[in-house]
Amino acid sequence: MTSAIAIARKELRGHFNSAAGYVFLTAFLLLTSWFFFRSFFLAGQATLRPFFSMMPWVFLLFVPAAAMRSWAEERKLGTDEVLLTLPVRDGEAVLGKFLGGLGFLCVAIALTAPVPAVLLALGDPDPGPLVGGYAGLVLLGAAYLAISLFASSLTESQVVAFVVGASMSFALFIVGEDVVLVAAPRWLAPGLRYLGLGQHFASISRGVLDTRDLVYYAVVVGFFLYANLKAVEARKWR
Amino acid sequence: MPHHAGPSAQSTEPERGPVVSLRGITKRFGTVAAAEDVSFDVFGGEVVGFLGPNGAGKTTTMRILACYIAPDSGSATVAGHDIRDEALEVRRRIGYLPESAPLYLDLSVSEHLSFIAELRGIRGREAVARIGRMIDVCGLADVVHRDVGELSKGYRQRVGLACTLVHGPDVLHRDVGELSKGYRQRVGLACTLVHDPDVLILDEPTTGLDPSQIVEVRELVKRIGREKTVILSTHILPEVEAVADRVVIIADGRIRASGTPDQLSRAAAGSRALRVSLRAPEARALEALSALAQDGDARKMSDDADGFATYRVAGGDLASLSDAVYELAREQDWPLRALSQESAGLESVFLRLAMRDPVDEGDGAGARGFPTARREEDGRP
Repeated sequence: MTSAIAIARKELRGHFNSAAGYVFLTAFLLLTSWFFFRSFFLAGQATLRPFFSMMPWVFLLFVPAAAMRSWAEERKLGTDEVLLTLPVRDGEAVLGKFLGGLGFLCVAIALTAPVPAVLLALGDPDPGPLVGGYAGLVLLGAAYLAISLFASSLTESQVVAFVVGASMSFALFIVGEDVVLVAAPRWLAPGLRYLGLGQHFASISRGVLDTRDLVYYAVVVGFFLYANLKAVEARKWR
Repeated sequence: MPHHAGPSAQSTEPERGPVVSLRGITKRFGTVAAAEDVSFDVFGGEVVGFLGPNGAGKTTTMRILACYIAPDSGSATVAGHDIRDEALEVRRRIGYLPESAPLYLDLSVSEHLSFIAELRGIRGREAVARIGRMIDVCGLADVVHRDVGELSKGYRQRVGLACTLVHGPDVLHRDVGELSKGYRQRVGLACTLVHDPDVLILDEPTTGLDPSQIVEVRELVKRIGREKTVILSTHILPEVEAVADRVVIIADGRIRASGTPDQLSRAAAGSRALRVSLRAPEARALEALSALAQDGDARKMSDDADGFATYRVAGGDLASLSDAVYELAREQDWPLRALSQESAGLESVFLRLAMRDPVDEGDGAGARGFPTARREEDGRP
């Protein structure tokens, strides 16, 4: 576990030592703020609902972009040969990269604080959805992150990692949305709804912390980290 | 052998017996055998040169030893630990520098070293001390406390090119990505040494460096080799002659020969030959030379100017053979223009073994009279 944390710290440092980290953060903040304030003053309502409901879409770009280099870059530079010949289990490396990415994500999420701050100053929003919304963001982000890290472990190319990561995240998000549910056979709809990443986020961001939602995110993260581990181990047998 | 006296947990390893031992390691990529039945031992304190042309299987073998990839069959141990069952133990005991010293370019040198030290379980004050020592050993510090103006011209040029010290700041706080190749190699070496490993595995540590950097890295390896067991791969012969106590030659995934550079040269000398440049009727010359040659092995090599031709005459005792050839030329009244020994030494061994077609000679090492050296035989102290 100490190794995983050391790797997580290094990953986090890597984000902030490179220009790309700041570019991603800036783009993320600009995008979220613009989307929010564009309609906020028009609607004149002290609610964060529009803010949280667009987040799954913004994350669809931001998280795969932040995660794309993690394994792909290691492979390209050959540093995975250094990392994976240290006395570190492959699983610790996978976990470390996930925790590092999650740390970066939490920084990004924390930097959106001015949005609720403005809201608290101007009105009197309900605290339940605020807390739930932020918890949901972390969980949703963690799920996207695990998917994107897995995508990154499949290739040497960051671009491929980004596209694959974003596509897989999108697929898992969209299956639970109304667009798909309307077209799906009636008997399949509840299953698809449960499978969708966004539905669980929606219910958490209403301020309802349900164990089923937590279990769902834990399973998604666990599954993709396991797949990531297998992809890293595959080097041995190729 | 200078015994390394440090608080190292591994210093209890007995020096007897091989520290690294490979038995029948085979690895295929598709239909290509990158390593085929590779077996050799490395003993404590030895510097072993792993020599072979590009694509011979050096990197594959080293990756297997570092537990980066797994062999299809065969087994290997490092300090008694099996590479399959105790991979983490093996990795604790080795320092592995992959080819072209890959590093995290977005970390500074000191961050990089701290990261590696941390993953090696070295923390706190000890980490600071170890990293300090590595900076010393690998010559990363020489420049840190000096003004650029004090540096020699060559050094300055290198440093200038490296854009590391133009403004005189600390190399340690530079991003690795800004460093020159030579410096990167040193950082890579420092990373492999930081946990004081028993065994160092260096994959072509001098590739891509300029001549002065090559000399530096070789010196460094030699210095390290006084205390540690080193396996160093290369396709450059002088490198092996410069640093290695023993040579293992690999080609097409198979071990072709192994021994001290001297032993291998001597083995090559056993099949030396003369080059003779004569003006004579070809058939008669060949007939006469064959009569003199060992096993009748005389061949024409080339037609030269003025009706001369060069023949190769194999022989055991080259001194008496050259006398005989001179005698023959005098008796027959054949003008003799040149009479020389074919070059011997490691180079010819290497060329003969490495460039040979991949004929089936399954038994590998020891075949064709090349010695597979044991430690007892090779006269090491």
